[in-house]
Amino acid sequence: MNKKVVWLVVGLMVSMSVSAQNRYFTKTGHIDFFSHTSVEDIKAVNDQVTSFLDVSTGDIIFSVLNRSFQFAKPLMQEHFNENYIESEKFPKSSFEGKIAELKSIDFTKPGKYRVKVAGKLTLHGITKEIEAPGDLTVGKDKILGESVFSVIPEDYGIKIPSVVRQNIAETVKISVQMNYVVFTPKK
Amino acid sequence: MKPTTYILLLLFLTTGATLKSQNLNDLLAESSTEGRVPVEALFKATRVADGHSVKQLRKGELDFRISHRFGRVNSGAYEFFGLDQSNIHLSLEYGLFNRLMVGVGRGTFEKTIDAFARYNIANQQTGKGAFPLTISYLSSIETIGLKWSDPSRTNYFSSRLSFIQQLLIARKFSKVTLQLMPTLVHRNLVETVMDQNDLFAMGVAGRYKVANRLAVNCEYYYVLRPIPQRTTTKYYNPLSFGFDIETGGHVFQIVLTNAQGMREGGFLGKTTGSWLKGDIHLGFNISRIFMLDSKKK
Repeated sequence: MNKKVVWLVVGLMVSMSVSAQNRYFTKTGHIDFFSHTSVEDIKAVNDQVTSFLDVSTGDIIFSVLNRSFQFAKPLMQEHFNENYIESEKFPKSSFEGKIAELKSIDFTKPGKYRVKVAGKLTLHGITKEIEAPGDLTVGKDKILGESVFSVIPEDYGIKIPSVVRQNIAETVKISVQMNYVVFTPKK
Repeated sequence: MKPTTYILLLLFLTTGATLKSQNLNDLLAESSTEGRVPVEALFKATRVADGHSVKQLRKGELDFRISHRFGRVNSGAYEFFGLDQSNIHLSLEYGLFNRLMVGVGRGTFEKTIDAFARYNIANQQTGKGAFPLTISYLSSIETIGLKWSDPSRTNYFSSRLSFIQQLLIARKFSKVTLQLMPTLVHRNLVETVMDQNDLFAMGVAGRYKVANRLAVNCEYYYVLRPIPQRTTTKYYNPLSFGFDIETGGHVFQIVLTNAQGMREGGFLGKTTGSWLKGDIHLGFNISRIFMLDSKKK
């Protein structure tokens, strides 16, 4: 009788540690965006993206501090924060979504898997449903998540005045690169 | 089974349950440690109206400034309410490092040539344990280029020089920025014995961001003149109001001021206009920023 309880407890602990293995995270994820026009190219990089990935449910979540985007020109960075993304009002951008057809991915087997992610993107205080293709490269205790997709700033209520309309692209290309590692919850 | 094992079992079950209920959103909220981020855009241009603001040119930024003041609006229809007269200050300013900018300028008022260096000591930040103020130090030198008033006496070049030391202390409160500017102007030569060589002034400036690309500025300097003025010219404290209109790399500033000079020695030491008498100058500053060094950081 007593032995059974011990086994039960051991089993529980094992299952818990396994469930912890399901979660991957990064605090130094990379997101950049690129706007190309004939007048000028604008690129900004952020290497301080926090993201979590739960491989058991396919849940994926990102949080980005808008002020951490680095531009080549300081004036562009100031304009981005002050006039476009309005970092004071909306300090963060985020994404909350799910990986589709999770069963086709074997997270125990290293390799590259093509995935589709769908979810809610929040920019400039406005949330929209988006869908983006991506790649998951499964390694030992780590996963590399990559995706490239486009957004239209105007969809998110970001107004671009006519004087600079030619300098900013209608659609902005966003590239995401996340080096996930196993998440171990703090005790 | 002993009761203790039941308790143990229950404990594991409950901890298991709490672990499950902790969703990714909570994990994200817990783990996102926000670092200190500098507060940007306390002012839009490097000048509030006449005097400096804490807005710093960063490395590689070149600012070409054209400042202009018309005559006094109370000068009547003959002078087309001041618009017939003009008074210009041109300057080129450059960010040598992210914290150090330098500039040279030429002004109509007293035909000055000036040069300055400004160092950004500290920056206001957000986040935990962040520094609350943006502080800069300005050091400037000006030469008056007017012909000697008395060419018959021995005149020295050094007599043309003035030196300005100024501390700029600012803080942004959401849409409002406030700035204090304790200033010392040393003039090597003054007109009469009644004039002081050293002028202490305390400046106060404010900015209110009306819209994304529009702000209202105000600037006032209290100039300490402990000796009662007995000279024929009476000097006033400069008070200026301005609008900042921003369009991409340009900042237009429309200014109303009682000062004619556009550098410290002029507007602190030689302001003869009075707001109450209607000695108001309409003016504007145009700032165009060029990025010379656009290499990635």
